[in-house]
Amino acid sequence: MSAKPKFAMYWAASCGGCEIAVLNIHEKILDVDANFDVVFWPVAMDAKYKDVAAMPDDSITLTLFNGGIRNDENEEIAHLLRRKSKILVAFGSCACEGCIPGLANFSPVDEIIDTAFHTVTTDKGSEVRLQTRYPAREGEIRLPTLYPTLRTLDQVAKVDYYMPGCPPESHQIAAVIDLVIAALNGKATLPPAGSVIGVGGSTVCDDCPRARNVKTIKAFKRIQDVRLDPTLCLLEQGIPCNGPATRQGCGALCPKAGAQCIGCYGPAEGVLDYGARLISSFASVIDSNTPDEIERILDGIPDPAGQFYRFSLPGSLLRAGKSARAK
Amino acid sequence: MSETFEPVIIGFTCNWCSYRAADLAGTARVKYPPNVRLIRLMCSGRLDPTFVLKALASGADGVLITGCHPGECHYIEQNYKAMRRFLLLRRTLTQMGIEPGRVKLVWASAAEGVRLAQEIANLVEEVRALGPLNWGKDETSSFILPPLPFELEAA
Amino acid sequence: MQRITIDPITRLEGHGKIEIFLNEEGDVANTYFQIPELRGFERFCVGRPVEEMPLLTNRICGVCPEAHHMAAAKAADAVYHVDPPPTAKKLRELLYSAFYVTDHTTHFYALGGPDFVMGPDAPVAERNILGVIHKVGLEIGGKVIQCRKYGHTVVEMIGGRKVHPCTSIPGGLTKGITEEQRLEIEKMGRWAIEFAQFSLKVFGDIVLGNKAYVDLILGDIYTHRTYSMGLVDADNRVNFYDGKVSVVDPEGKRMGTYAPNEYTDWIAEHVEPWTYLKFPYLKKIGWKGFVDGKDSGVYMATPLSRLNASDGMATPLAQAEYEKFYSTLGGKPVHQRLATHWARLIELLYAAERWVELATDPEITSPNFHTVPTEKPTEGVGIVEAPRGTLTHHYTTDERGVLTKVNLIVGTTNNYAPISMSIKKAAESFIRKGVVVSEGALNRVEMAFRAYDPCFGCATHSLPGQMPLQITIRDAEGKEVEVLRQYC
Ligand code: SF4
Ligand code: SF4
Ligand code: SF4
Ligand code: FES
Repeated sequence: MSAKPKFAMYWAASCGGCEIAVLNIHEKILDVDANFDVVFWPVAMDAKYKDVAAMPDDSITLTLFNGGIRNDENEEIAHLLRRKSKILVAFGSCACEGCIPGLANFSPVDEIIDTAFHTVTTDKGSEVRLQTRYPAREGEIRLPTLYPTLRTLDQVAKVDYYMPGCPPESHQIAAVIDLVIAALNGKATLPPAGSVIGVGGSTVCDDCPRARNVKTIKAFKRIQDVRLDPTLCLLEQGIPCNGPATRQGCGALCPKAGAQCIGCYGPAEGVLDYGARLISSFASVIDSNTPDEIERILDGIPDPAGQFYRFSLPGSLLRAGKSARAK
Repeated sequence: MSETFEPVIIGFTCNWCSYRAADLAGTARVKYPPNVRLIRLMCSGRLDPTFVLKALASGADGVLITGCHPGECHYIEQNYKAMRRFLLLRRTLTQMGIEPGRVKLVWASAAEGVRLAQEIANLVEEVRALGPLNWGKDETSSFILPPLPFELEAA
Repeated sequence: MQRITIDPITRLEGHGKIEIFLNEEGDVANTYFQIPELRGFERFCVGRPVEEMPLLTNRICGVCPEAHHMAAAKAADAVYHVDPPPTAKKLRELLYSAFYVTDHTTHFYALGGPDFVMGPDAPVAERNILGVIHKVGLEIGGKVIQCRKYGHTVVEMIGGRKVHPCTSIPGGLTKGITEEQRLEIEKMGRWAIEFAQFSLKVFGDIVLGNKAYVDLILGDIYTHRTYSMGLVDADNRVNFYDGKVSVVDPEGKRMGTYAPNEYTDWIAEHVEPWTYLKFPYLKKIGWKGFVDGKDSGVYMATPLSRLNASDGMATPLAQAEYEKFYSTLGGKPVHQRLATHWARLIELLYAAERWVELATDPEITSPNFHTVPTEKPTEGVGIVEAPRGTLTHHYTTDERGVLTKVNLIVGTTNNYAPISMSIKKAAESFIRKGVVVSEGALNRVEMAFRAYDPCFGCATHSLPGQMPLQITIRDAEGKEVEVLRQYC
């Protein structure tokens, strides 16, 4: 047994991009290896749930948890890892605020399953219904049960730190790992529990090189419909850019590449509800004082709820659409 | 709708006009339903859409936003900003399944106590007809949502 | 009845799990390969503007977001009936080629390759990339890392981000590249060609030079005579970004090719009640269960099937390898699943050659990278060849370009039935009377599906390249009698 601090990383309902982002720290991964004993990391090594269950409580120093809580299995592992970990980090947008898969919270779960099993190419007529306990000829086989809504990690377990981004940028990951290693060696102190780490304190706009002239607009536009000026603020050109509400951290990658920020770093510091902040930002660039004209301008945003809660519906104040909440 | 359902409405009022209108209604003994809890803001422009979401998420069945008539805002144009926010918020809420009738924006000057009382009464009836919103709890889920980390505080 | 549960913690739309049931005699009675999760993209993308699909569907898979980004962009082009300018198409394909190089490299060196380079019976502790490094030489580890870096650099230059690119929009891209960037991309591409050639040489020396390995490849356990599928260009040569889908029967005869918008005539999906994932099959043949042969609609969509379904490679070096491949393995088509690893390396070389071809195309730095759509959006299908199989996105929108219907047939899904069959066959071969014959045998079960590079099979390009796998043998009461563990 080595006396090195223990490290774990887990994916719940995730796309795997967070793991890729960690692997993309390239040589830095060797620092992880040198400074930690990797005890549980399904993508990289074989240790099972029951191995984790057998570990003493609080024995894992650092756990990076990515992915949202979509089913009972995800929740169980979240509880398990919480018990076993000293520091539990909600890693990536999925764990922090629900991310794109959280858009599922607009629809009832039955409808989600039904839709998947009634696409144009799905066999018709058979009407096979999915069974979480299926009596196969040879014995029962089981599937985890999907929850009515997707939840964030901190809605099922206490989270020590949040590390947003879809996925978090690798240089940010490297910086956080450096910090934790320094802290373990007594050369740095960790931020207070509950902090958001690996980010900046401001918004994406602050890192964005595009010029802002505090111009207001008469129309929202769709990005495919226009030739954009590569140097001017996208929002001031009518493109619904989420930069003003989004946490600084990526270095404004998307606007630099000519695309609007879609909000993957989640709410900026002090923002309670991401969508609410964006509603305010967008409302303030609209150049009109008459209800009819305002409505016409707003028609240029065909999907406001999706625009404002693309990454953060489960972590928002309302958490889900009404139909997903109630039968 | 159940006979016993009494909608809870949170009202955000502007200090300079509608709050006075409500006050006036009170002193003039114009009755408006007791379902509304008024929260005074300095101006409708101070209304952060977060307040509305917080109210709904914490158990309110409806929200009333009031401000000075267009052109009469003490801070010049702030009530137009409120209007733009409100219109965008309403679209968003509709997509979330929250009926547009639950959230209303009303202009009322300090002298319009009677009209404001009537608007409040209308809203209460409209929300009563829509039924409880029930956002605070989550009965149908297999889990209980933890309480919201924030209390609704008066601004 | 005994039951064996293999519970690798892996991902597709979720994780994967294998249940193996043994009969009274202790032989394999049946196997179930379950996908226990569904995230619901086909439902929750409805109501979203179609231009967001290249961004939203990225998040289906963080291993191959580039594939979803491309398929979505092409479907969105089709929805708007807009043909992006040549520069946009070339830039997208350039990004995609660099991605392919990275993806295939990682699979060969970290995931599938160690089985061959080290041999399936090598001690578990050596069957990983570190073992490969020892055998092939220290510099190989650095080259693999270099290759990943180069790939990601190109993806970020053109796609704006390393993971989940953001620049494809209906009608083209939001940005182009500068001459300076082009030069850098070209340089990296030339390196990639050399690297691909080197990788093929490693494979030739170690695998083809060893009769035991060749026998293993050609052996029966890893053979399924199914249909093969793959995207081809106008000359029926392998293409990853664009073209028609070619289907050949188990004898190698071309059944036909279909354009993206014809896919519903060709593909249908079978449903089983015990898994969240559907089983695609050839509609014209029909679903006959988990069986191979000409009468079963089961098909594969992998590097191997792409070679089978094409008439060759569009670049010279890869074409030479293609010819060698079939002459060594006894002609077309090849059904031995383990040959997929070799096919993957040939594709790696093609992707690298294509990378340089595109990087040296005079149009590639043109500022004409977007065509503004002018037609009313309606319906469209986009198909690209993802590393793990033909990827189909099908969207229907209202007149504002807001989605009303979405259908996705994701790369790995194509191979759900053949993977299930391979697992069953491998299990049957290696589990006798309730006993797993040897530790190496366990790895062979795993090799069966590692050949497909299934995304839920930990194709996550992990550094040590370990594939977690555990087979638990249980008695009739479900009590554990033996646990075998795999650290590949
Ligand atoms: S946060 Fe983004 S990259 Fe990470 S798992 Fe979720 S979708 Fe994938
Ligand atoms: S709104 Fe978007 S484009 Fe404008 S400054 Fe902010 S991030 Fe940049
Ligand atoms: S610009 Fe916005 S969407 Fe793009 S990476 Fe940064 S935070 Fe994420
Ligand atoms: S002061 Fe009343 S709305 Fe501004």
